[in-house]
Amino acid sequence: MSNYRIHGATGEWEVVIGLEVHAQVTSKSKLFSGAATQFGAGPNTQVSLVDAAMPGMLPVPNRECVRQAVRTGMAVGAQINKWSRFDRKNYFYADLPQGYQISQLYHPIVGEGAIEVVLDEKDPEGSTKTIGIERIHIEQDAGKLMHDQHPTMSYVDLNRSGVALMEIVSRPDMRSPAEAGAYVAKLRQILRYVGSCDGNMDQGSMRADVNVSVRKPGEPFGTRTETKNVNSVRFVMAVVESEARRQVDLIEDGGTVVQETRLYDPDRNETRSMRSKEDAHDYRYFPDPDLLPLELDDAFIEECKASLPELPDAKRHRYESAMGLSAYNAGVLTADVEVARQFEELLSAVAAKASKSEADLAKRVANWLLSERPGLLGAHGLSADHPKNTLEANIAIVVATESGQISGSKAKELFEAWLIGDTDLAAEIEANKQTSDTGAIEAAVDAILAANQDKVAEYKGGKENLFGFFVGQTMKAMQGKGNPQLVNQVLKQRLG
Amino acid sequence: MMTDLTDLGVAAIRDGVAKGDFTAVEVAEAFNANVAAAAALNAFIVTTPEKAVEAAQATDARRAAGQPLGKMGGVPIGMKDLFATRGVQTTAASHILEGFVPEYESTVSQNLWNAGAGMLGKLNLDQFAMGSSNETSYFGNVISPWRRSDGGNAALAPGGSSGGSSTAVAARLAPAATGTDTGGSIRQPAAFTGISGIKPTYGRCSRWGIVAFASSLDQAGPMARDVRDCAIMLEAMAGFDPKDATSLDMPVPAWEAGLSGDLKGKKVGVPAEYRMDGMDADVAASWDQGIAWLKDAGAEIVEISLPHTKYALPAYYIIAPAEASSNLARYDGVRYGLRELPAKESGGGAGLQDMYAATRAAGFGAEVKRRILIGTYVLSAGFYDAYYTQAQKVRTLIAQDFKNAFTRCDVILAPTAPTAAFGLGEKSDDPLAMYLNDVFAVPASLAGLPAMSVPAGLNREGLPLGLQIIGKAFDEQGVLNAGLAIEQRAQFSARPERWW
Repeated sequence: MSNYRIHGATGEWEVVIGLEVHAQVTSKSKLFSGAATQFGAGPNTQVSLVDAAMPGMLPVPNRECVRQAVRTGMAVGAQINKWSRFDRKNYFYADLPQGYQISQLYHPIVGEGAIEVVLDEKDPEGSTKTIGIERIHIEQDAGKLMHDQHPTMSYVDLNRSGVALMEIVSRPDMRSPAEAGAYVAKLRQILRYVGSCDGNMDQGSMRADVNVSVRKPGEPFGTRTETKNVNSVRFVMAVVESEARRQVDLIEDGGTVVQETRLYDPDRNETRSMRSKEDAHDYRYFPDPDLLPLELDDAFIEECKASLPELPDAKRHRYESAMGLSAYNAGVLTADVEVARQFEELLSAVAAKASKSEADLAKRVANWLLSERPGLLGAHGLSADHPKNTLEANIAIVVATESGQISGSKAKELFEAWLIGDTDLAAEIEANKQTSDTGAIEAAVDAILAANQDKVAEYKGGKENLFGFFVGQTMKAMQGKGNPQLVNQVLKQRLG
Repeated sequence: MMTDLTDLGVAAIRDGVAKGDFTAVEVAEAFNANVAAAAALNAFIVTTPEKAVEAAQATDARRAAGQPLGKMGGVPIGMKDLFATRGVQTTAASHILEGFVPEYESTVSQNLWNAGAGMLGKLNLDQFAMGSSNETSYFGNVISPWRRSDGGNAALAPGGSSGGSSTAVAARLAPAATGTDTGGSIRQPAAFTGISGIKPTYGRCSRWGIVAFASSLDQAGPMARDVRDCAIMLEAMAGFDPKDATSLDMPVPAWEAGLSGDLKGKKVGVPAEYRMDGMDADVAASWDQGIAWLKDAGAEIVEISLPHTKYALPAYYIIAPAEASSNLARYDGVRYGLRELPAKESGGGAGLQDMYAATRAAGFGAEVKRRILIGTYVLSAGFYDAYYTQAQKVRTLIAQDFKNAFTRCDVILAPTAPTAAFGLGEKSDDPLAMYLNDVFAVPASLAGLPAMSVPAGLNREGLPLGLQIIGKAFDEQGVLNAGLAIEQRAQFSARPERWW
């Protein structure tokens, strides 16, 4: 349980948070039309007759969007409703061509589920909390109004009009900004794993309506406000914090919280009223008569189930138990589906080339991906999607290290040179292959010891930290190609 | 000596063109001439004589090349102005869509053109198909070609909402026309003007490209001189359309080939609840006559009960306006159609709400506004359960009534409308009296069943009366056959005397 409290003049207050997350469904075409959904296209270039609500146009449900919603429901362990229905939510606005949004109020496609969030991401083994999901339904997005294109007129871009959204409604189960943030992050992680939403919050693919109320611990829920369209995890946390504070101050000053819709202003880090319940719309929901109820058969549901990937929690546990990774590394590698994919891709390629089991190599590959490589990239301000940071290069470098052809430090050196220069990585590895030829190593060691009689005497006299000096000199003499373990062995033997 | 080509119906034109008795262009020109001479009836909002001739030329060329001519090859038709027609103004008889020229063609009209039909023009109708007398059109009333035999020349209603269609067919301006039926809009005008019309099972004809009134009820269908012509044209109009989620994914039966007026072994249900107190005596007599004709055709008559009939009309006038209030929200001045930007007293420009209010106030007629208000009201928070939910329950009960009845009979016979055509203006001040016109038509609409009206004779004022046959879902054939049995016995040959 969270012990997050707001300290007011009259004592401590508890915050109650529920989130409605709108996630754009990953699909080539819109929920009820064949128009494309690509982000960033020119205004009104992805608008069909249906999206523009021309007279006589009719919606036809897109099976892929339905499938994605069902798969998402399954990923949060939710009940899948084999019978659901689309309703119309009626209101007038210039970005809403039909004059109604097709949504699902009365019979959503996905019922109750839950997700487990880790409250401290640095401590995946630490405390977790289960956040209930009340429902997931599918609905149309609206278009976009642009007020800055003309001095006296507003422009409308209908590219988003009709794009499929999932509205994922949580229970009011969160009690702190951290829990709200963790919930959004976890939801985003699951959606990206399932592939039902790209989770790009900065492009508006995922946004949250944040419901906040405050109460004295143990008392019934207070009146909530809803802050609309919050588009980052950080902002969600900021909204909870500032809105809860505002409500506490308001109540303690003798005011009352009114149920209303608010907007978040990130520049001033505060929410402000958009419209109150009194002038809230009467949306006149009713079943959309253009559409038959959505009935899912067993085969469809089975197909959805079969297509689900390994989900983040399961993957993290497998990395720990079957691969022996630390909880921290397992957590970092599974945090994002793309990172996990790269890890598994590299691991399996390396295992195949090095003829070793994945379990044997996992730690090595994880270390390369999480520590060594990021250090090299970071030193030159490069990002992971740098064109030379190819899978092939990564495979080559890890295989070469793993098979003892080059040392770990040589590997870093060669990879760095490859990243920033125009070296031939394969040729460099070949040229720098370390030798395990004991004769050659012994010869090199003997030469170094002979040339440094004084240091040998000092070493034997007790200055044992000179051992590193001998290793360094030998490696230098061998141009870094001596197998470090063998060099150590031979030195110990000669000096011992 | 050639017969007047405009006396011919769909089958006769199709067969005559195929045989080479006359050309499709001759037919198109004959009807174009009748259309041009009938401006007084105000049946058309726009005429497209060039389209009719173009299609006819294509048919004649196909014939010359020995290619098949299609189910409607060489037949020019009128198109109700509720169907979107590419490049031709489509208004739903409203000011708000005046000047709107679609870039797309409705599925049903496209099917007809593909079958070889040509377009004489866009037919007038009640605005957004809301009305029973064609008095709500922004483009003026359609005048029925019929006159009472009392010697007076009161202008009569052609029925509605497909009033342009009924008038065009009855006055020989077109051998056939498309109609749409939400709560009787094909059947009642057909009955008023002495022609035949069928509303097929909901989902038979695609709604794609038809300006929506009430989506769960709207169905397109043919209006023509006789049952055979309806069968031919319905075959051309119907078919599964993946662009309409409510479209029936079933093959289109060969209705024309299946026509038979022999009803031996068939049972015809006569619903007790349709025999209402104070029923028009001529309508009651024509119903009795219909029963006798069907008996004569070999059918067994059974009394049936449709106990929830009296709730049908109120339920309809909740459900249809509710859907309409939402369907018509798209006419907002933003993307197409009328846009009104009122000047503000403050001198500033109009805001979004001002534009909505002014555009919709100017663009919709009184009846449309009435239904939008009713629909908005019944869907409002606090009223939804009492009205909309209740009406949906009634709808389910009505469908169940028919289901029960059809365990005892194959088709149901009833009057189409409670009276013959009334005079223009007689009911326009009393919406409830006007709505009552649909009392016999609405139950089949709520249940989504196929139903047709065929002419049964004239009343004592010399005006046509129609009989309605309601069938089981998907059994258009049974409906058409019973209609044919009546047609064969009614021998309805009356036609309006030309006064226009």
